[in-house]
Amino acid sequence: MPLTILKRLLGTLPNLLGIVVITFLLTRALPGDPAAFFAGPAGTQEAVEQVREKLGLNKSLPEQFVIYVKDLAAGNLGQALSTGQPVRQELLARLPASLELVLASLVFAVAIAIPLGVAAAQRPNSWVDHACRLVTTAGVSLPTFFTGLLLTYVLYFLLGWAPSPIGRLDPYLTAPATLTGMYTVDSLLAGDVKLFLASASQLLLPVLTLGIFVLAPIARMTRASMLQVLSADFVRTARASGLSGTTVLVRYALRNALLPVVTTLGMVFSFLLGMSVIVEKVFAWPGVGSFALEALVASDYAPVQGFVLTMAVLYTLLNLVIDLLYVVIDPRVRLGE
Amino acid sequence: MTSLKRRSLLKAATLTPIASTALVGTAQAQDRKDTLLAANELGPNMLDIHGLGANRPSYSVAWNAYDRLMTYGRKKGPDGNPMYDFTKLEPELAASWKMDADGMGVTFSLRKDAKFHDGTPVTANDVKWSYDRALAMGGFPTFQMKAGSLEDPAQFKAVDAHTFYVKFIRKDKLSMPDMAVPVASVYNSTLAKKNATEKDPWAAEWLKTNEAGGGAYKVASWKPGQEIVYERFDEWKSGPMPKIKRIIQRDVPSAGNRRALLQKGDIDITYNLPPKDFSDFAGDKGTLKVASMPIENSVFYLGMNTAKAPFNNVKVRQAVAWALPYDRMHESAFYQRGAKQSGGTGDIKTPVWPQPHGFKTDLVKARQLMAESGVGPIETALSFDLGSATVSEPAAILIQEALAQIGIKLTINKVPGANWRAALLKKDMSMIINRFGGWLNYPEYFFFWCYHGQNAVFNTMSYQNPVMDKLITNARFAESKPLYDGMVKDMVKLAYDEVPRIPLVQPVQDVAMQNNISGYTYWFHLEPDYRQLVKA
Repeated sequence: MPLTILKRLLGTLPNLLGIVVITFLLTRALPGDPAAFFAGPAGTQEAVEQVREKLGLNKSLPEQFVIYVKDLAAGNLGQALSTGQPVRQELLARLPASLELVLASLVFAVAIAIPLGVAAAQRPNSWVDHACRLVTTAGVSLPTFFTGLLLTYVLYFLLGWAPSPIGRLDPYLTAPATLTGMYTVDSLLAGDVKLFLASASQLLLPVLTLGIFVLAPIARMTRASMLQVLSADFVRTARASGLSGTTVLVRYALRNALLPVVTTLGMVFSFLLGMSVIVEKVFAWPGVGSFALEALVASDYAPVQGFVLTMAVLYTLLNLVIDLLYVVIDPRVRLGE
Repeated sequence: MTSLKRRSLLKAATLTPIASTALVGTAQAQDRKDTLLAANELGPNMLDIHGLGANRPSYSVAWNAYDRLMTYGRKKGPDGNPMYDFTKLEPELAASWKMDADGMGVTFSLRKDAKFHDGTPVTANDVKWSYDRALAMGGFPTFQMKAGSLEDPAQFKAVDAHTFYVKFIRKDKLSMPDMAVPVASVYNSTLAKKNATEKDPWAAEWLKTNEAGGGAYKVASWKPGQEIVYERFDEWKSGPMPKIKRIIQRDVPSAGNRRALLQKGDIDITYNLPPKDFSDFAGDKGTLKVASMPIENSVFYLGMNTAKAPFNNVKVRQAVAWALPYDRMHESAFYQRGAKQSGGTGDIKTPVWPQPHGFKTDLVKARQLMAESGVGPIETALSFDLGSATVSEPAAILIQEALAQIGIKLTINKVPGANWRAALLKKDMSMIINRFGGWLNYPEYFFFWCYHGQNAVFNTMSYQNPVMDKLITNARFAESKPLYDGMVKDMVKLAYDEVPRIPLVQPVQDVAMQNNISGYTYWFHLEPDYRQLVKA
């Protein structure tokens, strides 16, 4: 098994190489001039040239590329000028925040969407089905920045149910010791329930915002796939054999309907990573998305390249995990034979 | 042959160790009474104001965590809140100073009891090292030092441990004030040198993420893009001991959320909300305090490129100045936050800047001027920085609408932040909306950057006029008050006669806080000074 995984990972290397080349070229093709930006508001033409030299941007593109690849091989992603920190350190510090947000949203969305989809498929055109349709349509058609602000206004400002949208933790609390970088997990590992509740409550608004948006594809896919399976012969046979409704629904139908849903989950996960850029901005969530966005505005090459590369690696790993999940769900699927 | 089966995967999963958790609560809640919680749009990107690309919020780190030799006095501002007084210098690290008899040098006597945060005593060598560093780092710090004729390391001398001498290379009234701006902060040179490398003799890398100051507040922790936490330095000697023990400054980019946080009482203070939010606050004064101070020496303006057709024609520029919808812009773009720059008498009576010009909306006059100019229908672009879109965009649309009536057809060009600086440097934009403010509050300082023929980047109109250049240079070094006043008035008059740029509004510094916060002071650098704040 480990060998198969290793083989799969090796197979992604050409992809990553391509991504390295493309991000390098794309960032250079951006219209902004980082030297002019970082020379500051009072930068004279001389100062700009000085900065350009300092950043190594006066060298030719191939030369810059060789330097970049060399650094990359040494695990150095360069310096983020906009935050003044090494990119690797920034990404390591921020990625857990984004992942925590994205994973929690995914769990939330799945927990609602799958039962909803199943219920809708079971009784097509009933009130549950209509509710499902309404929720999914509303979910996709509302832009996340809008839902985010709306939820903040209602749940925080008017009702006071949600905690203040001021980042990952109440400012008066101290963050847990870093193990995974996800506050909820770290606080549990440290055995601090109070801290766990505090960090989990900060997740509430952003997770709702992201979750509502991705509910739709998961619920739709579950419904469609379930409808198909429920009308299959083996379900009829199972029912005819007198198996209980739940057994038929969960053990026979749902399990067979899950494969396309898992594929959708993979796609939804990558959507979520993209969507989180806006949600991070709205909720002052210090994740990788807002970091990359700021870097992009400043034409800060290193973080943008680092961000795209990290996302590519993440995506590759995700694909692997999904393939593994297929195996778990469906005994007929085998990898690497 | 290896294959991946369901069974082997499930087995692997059960072998994953499950971390055991002990359920003991250790969350520490800080004492809220002694802590100030601020939420601003953006936090510092480094802790070193001398560093390459240091952003505006990093000025505040320099201001609170580092000391300077001198600071400015304070006076009552136009809205009743205290503001700094640029005419009065007061001791900070220096207990006293003495000018040379010929006025060509100054000797500072440092406090003998001042210490850096690590306990090292502050000496004249630290001051010398810090000033040398500001000159050596290049870019903004070097430029700012030069603005006060502090250009050469040989000018700075550590006479003994507590005596520091600065030699002036020319008589410049900005030399002394320039030593009280954030760039002239004093660094712990012993600590910094320990962390310097051969390639990096000024410890630029280390100081980016580490603070080495002796100011009223220590940087307790800093997470870029997230928060900075200050703790009071209890052995601070350079001024009255701050009242608040701990400052937490969070980055909250969404203005709407900052406003909600403040109105719900979850934060104590916030800087720089968009004008619309502040104008709403001003309506319900009971629950919140709003401090609004016109930003000195600062103007939002419409600039026209005088080096290129059609705005190389002075009549066209005047026509534009007579056509702008000043009142509507002030209402719908600036939400009446800020001092309107139109509606003056057109007669320059006082030597102050900014001051209102005499233009008002008069389409008849504008059309007549267009006809006189002999320039046919014009099509050109109006550009602005996307970063200032909340104000610039509505203003641009109103301008577009108004100028269409005098035969100038504008397309609106929004430029992202990174490109804006580069575009300004190129000086090829025809018409722009922009803002400039000078730290040092002298009209000729503003004019030196914005109207002088040296064509600095802020002379966004590429305006060239030898008469103007002469006025600016003479005013800078003028020694008699009446002579100086006359020159400033002439400068302003010329700038309004030829209108390469049309001032629209003098922006205000808006700070909103809870009612129990007092002591807010306006500073020229516009960043928070936590040292004077009191939380009741």
